[in-house]
Amino acid sequence: MTVVQEHDRLQASALGEEPIREELILGNPSMRDVTARIASIVESKITMKYLATLSVTGAMAAWGLFALYYTVTTGIGVWGLNNPIGWGWDITNFVFWIGIGHAGTLISAILFLFRQKWRTAINRSAEAMTIFAVICALTMVLSHTGRPWLFYWLLPYPNQMNMWVNFRSPLMWDVFAVNTYFAVSALFWFVGLIPDLATLRNYVKSDIAMKVYGVLSLGWTGSTRAWHHYEIAYMILAGISTPLVLSVHSVVSFDFTVGILPGWHTTIFPPYFVAGAIFSGFAMVLTLLVITREVLDLKQFITLKHFENMNKIMLATGMMVGYAYILEFFIAWYSGSDWERWIFVNRAFGDYAWAYWTMFTCNVVSPQVFWFKKARRNIPLMFIISIFVNIGMWFERFTIIATTLHHDFLPASWGYYSPTWVEISIFIGTFGIFLSLFLLFAKFVPVIAIAEIKSIMPGAQPSHHHHHSHDSH
Amino acid sequence: MSTTPTGIIGEFTDVNVVVQVAEKLRDAGFRKWDIYTPYPVHGLDKAMGIKRSILTYISFAGLCGGLTSALGLQFWTGAVDYKLNIGGKGFFNWQFSMPIDFELSILGTALFTVFGLFHLCRIPTWYNRYQDDTSFHKATDDTFVVTIDADDDRFSATETPALLSDLGAANVHLVHSSVE
Repeated sequence: MTVVQEHDRLQASALGEEPIREELILGNPSMRDVTARIASIVESKITMKYLATLSVTGAMAAWGLFALYYTVTTGIGVWGLNNPIGWGWDITNFVFWIGIGHAGTLISAILFLFRQKWRTAINRSAEAMTIFAVICALTMVLSHTGRPWLFYWLLPYPNQMNMWVNFRSPLMWDVFAVNTYFAVSALFWFVGLIPDLATLRNYVKSDIAMKVYGVLSLGWTGSTRAWHHYEIAYMILAGISTPLVLSVHSVVSFDFTVGILPGWHTTIFPPYFVAGAIFSGFAMVLTLLVITREVLDLKQFITLKHFENMNKIMLATGMMVGYAYILEFFIAWYSGSDWERWIFVNRAFGDYAWAYWTMFTCNVVSPQVFWFKKARRNIPLMFIISIFVNIGMWFERFTIIATTLHHDFLPASWGYYSPTWVEISIFIGTFGIFLSLFLLFAKFVPVIAIAEIKSIMPGAQPSHHHHHSHDSH
Repeated sequence: MSTTPTGIIGEFTDVNVVVQVAEKLRDAGFRKWDIYTPYPVHGLDKAMGIKRSILTYISFAGLCGGLTSALGLQFWTGAVDYKLNIGGKGFFNWQFSMPIDFELSILGTALFTVFGLFHLCRIPTWYNRYQDDTSFHKATDDTFVVTIDADDDRFSATETPALLSDLGAANVHLVHSSVE
């Protein structure tokens, strides 16, 4: 270590920046190696294995779209919904998918503001998952309207009926929240992609690929005059995405809390939903990244350190939802309301007890293994736990919806809900859409933020005392 | 290719050197020049003498626009044009308008930020006078590429290459446009 480097390290510690304890990029590659490694994924020939996987996910998507077509042409009577259960898998899946989207924005925005360098290797793919998950969520919520071709009735537009939408309804807030979330996530993702698309434009050999990346990169050159604005834009987008991501699931929870039904009408819902969303999102990111890292051989960039950090976040958010599950019972008792108390006893010991305990075991018990460092760095184990959490978080939404609705205030109208093959097919279909889009992304888009990785490599940034005009600290 | 040059290119690989070069070229009084880098280099914009970006003001305008539209939309539709009594709730209250106020403020900020960025960076522009130069392509890989345009007042086809070489640039060469 030279004197200059030593000086920098000490200065960094004095400023409160932690010196990097574990390498985030293994094998000490050069910048050209990084470009070549990521571009080689795009440049490589499409393999039979890839096509086979894509056809399986494509078939799942097609099957789901067929079930959607059947629903739209016949009516939502083909679903298992009944009186009193007006929301079933449709809204469960909607909340499930929108929740999955939250990890991407957390990684790209919140961890950016906290200067967490480890986010760099995983933010691109997590942001992509956000966008694809929101597409699935929008599919669910559109089909649940029953007459999706009239979706524009949800928007405030001047019309011949002289009517306006009702802004006092939380369902209306949801329309704005989810669409804003989709738009902002897509913009954020695209802005992040522009420099990397330019890198590919200058790297690829095929003429068609060069033209496509050329058009998409909008003529980005890497000019310092452009980077100057770009860094500010990125900071602003991260700054506004942070409250946005917290607001989206809060607004989704208002769909429940603003209603006066026991089990839904609680003030804990917004933070509880947000924690759950981040929890489930990280689980999905982990599930897919374990596979992507293996298949695309990205072990150099996505290391055990990344996985360990993600597991820590899963442990923390898992504890938060666990706390919320328990607190809900306390509040039900403390409210003194018979209805409220009864619905919670029923939730844990009634018709849907199996769903409740599946949720509790998967979400609260299973992540506890991550207290141990060995478990946090054990890839097969974390893969299994992430699947458990995906399942558990789906059941959380199902439990909330089904238990409150199936026994309402009038015992004569009590019912039980099970899905039909159509709803199950649509759910499988959304997984097909999500995975197909992810596969296409992983092949044709730089899966790792090339420019960002380069900017955190050793020696990438100037040492501060060489030039007098720079004193940003 | 005996036409007049459109500019000059030099390559650098050391980030500390390129920051010093930026300061020297700035102090030499060049105006139409740039440094292309594969990733944002901290402090290089200041070393080049680039003024503070106005993007924050554009973004703030987007925030104000979004918030105003949200408030205006909810107030005018609910309390003026189409008064619908639902359970005796107010036709307009700031409390219930908050979620949409918030979302549209964010949306306005995001749209203004991104399109403001495009405007300030002059993108999309699918043409650059250096685009056919192989050195220039390295700027998105691992090289810091300094360019000085020939229409800069201080540009000289003989002295500027010497200046760049003296500053430590590799592969200094004049560029002739392929498009006339």
